Amino acid sequence: MIHLPSHSLPLPLKCSFWAAALLLIVFFLFPLLVVFGVSLASRGLYGGVEWVGTLENYRRLADPLLGMIFLRSILFASMTTLVCALVGFPLAYAVARVSQRWQLVFLTLVMIPFWTNFLVRTYAWILILRADGVFNSLLIQLGVQSEPLSLLFTDFAVGIGLVYGYLPFMVLPLIVAIERIPPQLEEAAYDLYASMGGMFRHVILPLSKPGFIAGGVLVFIPSLGAFITPYLLGGGQKMLIGTLIQQEFLISRDWPFGSALSFGLMGIVLMLGFVVSRTFLGRSAR
Amino acid sequence: MHTVVLENVVKTHGQVVAVDDVTLSIKSGEFFSILGPSGSGKTTILRLIAGLDVPDSGTITLQQRIVNADPPHVRPVNMVFQHYALFPHMTVFENIAFGLRMHRQSRQDIREAVEEMVALVRLKGKTQRFPAQLSGGEQQRVALARALVNRPVVLLLDEPLAALDQQLRQDMQAELKRLQQEVNATFICVTHQQDEALMLSDRLGVMHRGTLLQVGTPQEIYEQPVSSTVAKFIGLSNSLSGMVTRTENNFCWIQAEAFPTVMARCPEGGVEHGSATVMVRPERLHISVDGPVNGYENTFPAIVHHVVFHGNEMFYQFRLRNDAIWTARVPIAGTHARPLVPGQSVYLQWAAHDGLVLSS
Ligand SMILES: Nc1ncnc2c1ncn2[C@@H]1O[C@H](COP(=O)(O)OP(=O)(O)OP(=O)(O)O)[C@@H](O)[C@H]1O
Ligand SMILES: [Mg+2]
Repeated sequence: MIHLPSHSLPLPLKCSFWAAALLLIVFFLFPLLVVFGVSLASRGLYGGVEWVGTLENYRRLADPLLGMIFLRSILFASMTTLVCALVGFPLAYAVARVSQRWQLVFLTLVMIPFWTNFLVRTYAWILILRADGVFNSLLIQLGVQSEPLSLLFTDFAVGIGLVYGYLPFMVLPLIVAIERIPPQLEEAAYDLYASMGGMFRHVILPLSKPGFIAGGVLVFIPSLGAFITPYLLGGGQKMLIGTLIQQEFLISRDWPFGSALSFGLMGIVLMLGFVVSRTFLGRSAR
Repeated sequence: MHTVVLENVVKTHGQVVAVDDVTLSIKSGEFFSILGPSGSGKTTILRLIAGLDVPDSGTITLQQRIVNADPPHVRPVNMVFQHYALFPHMTVFENIAFGLRMHRQSRQDIREAVEEMVALVRLKGKTQRFPAQLSGGEQQRVALARALVNRPVVLLLDEPLAALDQQLRQDMQAELKRLQQEVNATFICVTHQQDEALMLSDRLGVMHRGTLLQVGTPQEIYEQPVSSTVAKFIGLSNSLSGMVTRTENNFCWIQAEAFPTVMARCPEGGVEHGSATVMVRPERLHISVDGPVNGYENTFPAIVHHVVFHGNEMFYQFRLRNDAIWTARVPIAGTHARPLVPGQSVYLQWAAHDGLVLSS
């Protein structure tokens, strides 16, 4: 629901509305327009941009190979979102329901990774996952495994990296949503013969939906366009849409096609968003 | 037969003793109220019976079965929470059906039971609304229906009417009583409205700082309070402290400083010599304007202090010799043609059997 400011709005609200609108135009709409303009141009001989109005770049999107890359990216992003939700929910529930003091401790633990550079953290995963890395040494020391597993540069490694990177974006909105659920509703459910499983299924999960939606959007969209993690942990072996766009811009220097790809990605996000909101938000029209 | 029995139940929250050695038996089909000031442990008692809290010591018996270790979802008991705790994401129908669904009853049975209950609490035509779309009184009835539909052996109500305005509260009081008689369940109702407790209950218990001070019928508690704490909590009462000088034939004589000897009823179990309090209900005081009249054992001179018009009756406050304030209630249709005015000198008179001595 979007309400445009009516003339009856108080002055401070009016000002902040227009300030927000201005910010949006300068930092969001304007760059988007530039990228759109570039996507209609064509690549110059030496990587420059030749300003000819053409839809050629968009036509190239119909390539079945690209379709595979898009599909694979969507699959990765979906899996990442799903795993983040599965891991994030118990974590968020625990944080939301412990005493104030512990809550601070837990929240700090969730936030600590943000204090270091994302690149550094991803390199840390390389150290953990590679053949002579921490994880494999541990397995061999414990006698679980005699040969090191090849974990690095696999889909698994990319998945771990993505989940690790985006988990906080799932956990934080979930904490907010769960904290809003009065504990008395849980007691009421137990009192009305719900087991613990029944209580979670019928009370906590449905009431956490706003958290899942916000968290899902915050995880799905960036992991769909992620390029550092697939590049470093996947060894760039399997192309994902994020890595492809990065290549078009930085390696092939085909800015127009890279821009068209970006718009393709945006189109897919919008389409998926529309479908998902239709299916999941249909009922609770309140 | 007793449905709920608590024996020497103790429950502490850290340093706070919320329930302190409470022993209580509640009969089957009874409307029992627990009355007490804020923080006296009323809610905790309900939570202990529901299984939401576990006692530190003592036993809780439901239908001859010790249930101390039973989690709430296996106890045949349902609770109406203080702020209803309705599920905001479910319709009225789904809220009421929740307990039956958890019991895995068939769709058909659930529909029938819910519809019957909806009729009983007069919510027809509102079953597809969400709790946020209901008025306070309607929410309260959903909370009642959601608990009652399960046919609990015991229904626990935690200040079910507290959030309602005066008019609605009166309507719902009658409704509660009607429902209880209709479903014939044991109701245990927490309240700190004394008139509500006196009106609704078959018996009631008065709590204070975690202990149960007295259990009895409303009449017993009103007329024979065991202590001045109970007396002060149930209905208005006037009191005067002094020393017991003589007891005879269930009457006591009390000497209070600056007063003539007072004669009043002794409590049930008799009274020890020593300090005691005399208690007189406001409606038992007789006001004599033109000097004391015969027929009353006790007479106090007093000055009219404050006059409050209360619709069908007058509330008078008097200042006694020891500066204590006493209250009298006089029906408007009574004998006083002229209302009293502040500053006027009168005599307060009362019969010995209308005063009760309580050891303090
Ligand atoms: N979870 C808790 N943690 C700590 N203390 C508690 C807790 N629950 C209750 N208490 C304390 O136990 C005492 C009894 O509480 P209880 O809720 O039973 O009172 P009550 O009689 O229902 O009061 P009210 O009329 O205000 O609802 C209070 O002193 C309260 O502060
Ligand atoms: Mg309470």
